[in-house]
Amino acid sequence: MKKQSIDSKSARPKPWYDPRVRALFFQVITLAVVFWAGWVLIDNTLSNMESRGISTGFGFLDETAGFGIIMHLVPFDATMSYGRTFWVGLTNTLLVSAMGVVAATIIGFLVGVARLSSNWLVAKIALVYIEVIRNIPLLLQIFFWYFAVLASLPAPRQSVEIGGAFFLNNRGLYLPGPVTQDGFGLVWGAVLVAIAAVFGLRNWAKKRQKASGQIFPTVKVSIAVLVLLPLVAFLMAGQPLEWDLPALKGFNFGGGISLIPELAALWVALSLYTASFIAEIVRSGILAVSKGQTEASKALGLPNGLTLRLIVIPQAMRVIIPPLTSQYLNLVKNSSLATAIGYPDLVSVFMGTTLNQTGQAVEVVAITMGVYLTISLLISLLMNVYNRAAEIKER
Amino acid sequence: MKRMISAAIGIAFVAGALSTTSVHAATTLESVKAKGHLQCGVTSGLPGFSQPDEKGSWTGIDVDTCRAVAAAVFGDAKAVEFTPLTAKERFTALQSGEIDVLSRNTTWTLTRDVSLGLNFAGVNYYDGQGFLVNNDIGVDDAEQLDGATVCIQSGTTSELNLADYFRAKGMEFKPIVFDTSEQTVQGFAAGRCDVLTSDRSQLAALRSKLADPSSAKILPNTISKEPLGPVVRQGDDQWFNIVKWVLFAQINAEELGITMDNAGEMLKSDNPNVQRLLGTDGDMGAKLGLPDDFGLAIVKQVGNYGEMYDRNVGPDTALGLERGINALWTNGGILYAPPVR
Repeated sequence: MKKQSIDSKSARPKPWYDPRVRALFFQVITLAVVFWAGWVLIDNTLSNMESRGISTGFGFLDETAGFGIIMHLVPFDATMSYGRTFWVGLTNTLLVSAMGVVAATIIGFLVGVARLSSNWLVAKIALVYIEVIRNIPLLLQIFFWYFAVLASLPAPRQSVEIGGAFFLNNRGLYLPGPVTQDGFGLVWGAVLVAIAAVFGLRNWAKKRQKASGQIFPTVKVSIAVLVLLPLVAFLMAGQPLEWDLPALKGFNFGGGISLIPELAALWVALSLYTASFIAEIVRSGILAVSKGQTEASKALGLPNGLTLRLIVIPQAMRVIIPPLTSQYLNLVKNSSLATAIGYPDLVSVFMGTTLNQTGQAVEVVAITMGVYLTISLLISLLMNVYNRAAEIKER
Repeated sequence: MKRMISAAIGIAFVAGALSTTSVHAATTLESVKAKGHLQCGVTSGLPGFSQPDEKGSWTGIDVDTCRAVAAAVFGDAKAVEFTPLTAKERFTALQSGEIDVLSRNTTWTLTRDVSLGLNFAGVNYYDGQGFLVNNDIGVDDAEQLDGATVCIQSGTTSELNLADYFRAKGMEFKPIVFDTSEQTVQGFAAGRCDVLTSDRSQLAALRSKLADPSSAKILPNTISKEPLGPVVRQGDDQWFNIVKWVLFAQINAEELGITMDNAGEMLKSDNPNVQRLLGTDGDMGAKLGLPDDFGLAIVKQVGNYGEMYDRNVGPDTALGLERGINALWTNGGILYAPPVR
């Protein structure tokens, strides 16, 4: 009798002995505590700020900013709102991040491959590059590129000049700016057609190679198509393009396109620094591909370049992509060091000047953190999609 | 069961920790006295205003304003610890209670006074924004600066004045915004900008940091009013009054001719104004929550306003700034303190 009752109990325990109920209970409690703690934090902050007479709310975003920003990709002047300074800062951050990601990837892959080169000199140069660059704090490197390079460049009136169109001085690099005239649409059309043609050509060449084994020089022909087709269209439309040449006006150069030294220094520093990490990731990825793969490829008679491109890199990518994503995220976040050399990125413009002129630290910092979080999550998302495409397909 | 009890205790503990934030906070004077020193926010290094000397002790007119407050509260001008702050950090440091007084050549403006939860306790230096240029660019007047590249410190009123000035004159400019004033000088010295703009007193200080100070000059134009002074948190009137009257005490001391050297003798003075200021008559200190001889402590240890000025930024210093509008009202300036009575 006694034994039976114990059995029935263990079959259907009381709720506080049921592991599922207990798990649920503790999860609900944890969630409640988290939400409650968050609410207390926000409520406390708001009531403390109010009792100290500090303004709150997001109304400041519509007020007139009243300060200048040296570089803006979206139209801006001092009469526009604080909200607009946010977009100026954000686009500047995105610009330097995108430029940095591209450059760091290219340099990183080249150095990573060079690190494994059988040429002693090339391998050692890559090794020294990696060990020097990745072991010096990024902020120092940014200062180096900024002040060291600035100091060695001439003043605007003694600019380094190439053909009256390119000027380099301590205010930046000035290039002729293209100004499209009527009829340039034809050239854009030709570019689109050329891109479509290249894709078609690639498919056709692949099919032909599979069927007949003949290799078609896809790359060379593609480049020719991409260059020639728009060029022909450009000539047919009567060369509808003029150049806006930079010229010395008063203190500085005006006109054309300018690359300010702050952007250049930040770009170079971020790219070189991140590239040194990417190089090691690439090396680890390549070494993770077993030697047998390379040997098999060579046994089939593939040259070194093709072995690397067709056999090693695609397999190495599986190892490379996840840590590469982290490096991209680091680069974007590191771009906030811009504020140290006066590049007008989000942190410098929005969390710097705007925060200070309005005094609304909590709102501005919250927005800025939200932006970096969003950018980072987007990059992660894109890289995860790419990763899924590069993963081993289980068939 | 044991786990549940410990979980419940944990929750109660967290709840308790969070809810203590709403208990009554001590007044600033009480907390300063309890700490045993005054925590004062200053610049990270600006000659004449706040800068550590070769021995590591802070000097400057903003530093002396804090020392005067410490002298008034503790009778000891050395009971101060300094927190170097950038322009961007300064208000947050004061709002959050990290410092008790912000004395960091901060301009008094309506927005700052009203919407930051702060109070300006007075003015210890009347300044105005100017321009520093290299001699070799051949500019004598700010109106010739159209198209110039300008180095400037982030988070300052200068940033706004600059944009206003160029817009009003229909001129263009390119701002290069740095975090600290040292960086603006570096940028200027490296030739990144044609012009360095800031308050004129700061320009004098920054010019003295150049490798060759005579290679640059300050243009005659003054484009703004920059009343600089100490700032306290809003909502503590007693502390606000203390800082305000410490400054007034220094100005009144100069007007009454009380100096560091003669403060002891002046105790015997028959002048009732002097007696009230030095605490030999009346209970002026007690009204503020201070010792009655707070005025004596300030003048004896820090000096009157004129002494403080001459020692830090006056004509005999590296900055070499004349008194100008910072002279007493009796000498053609605008310094005028309400009477101690």
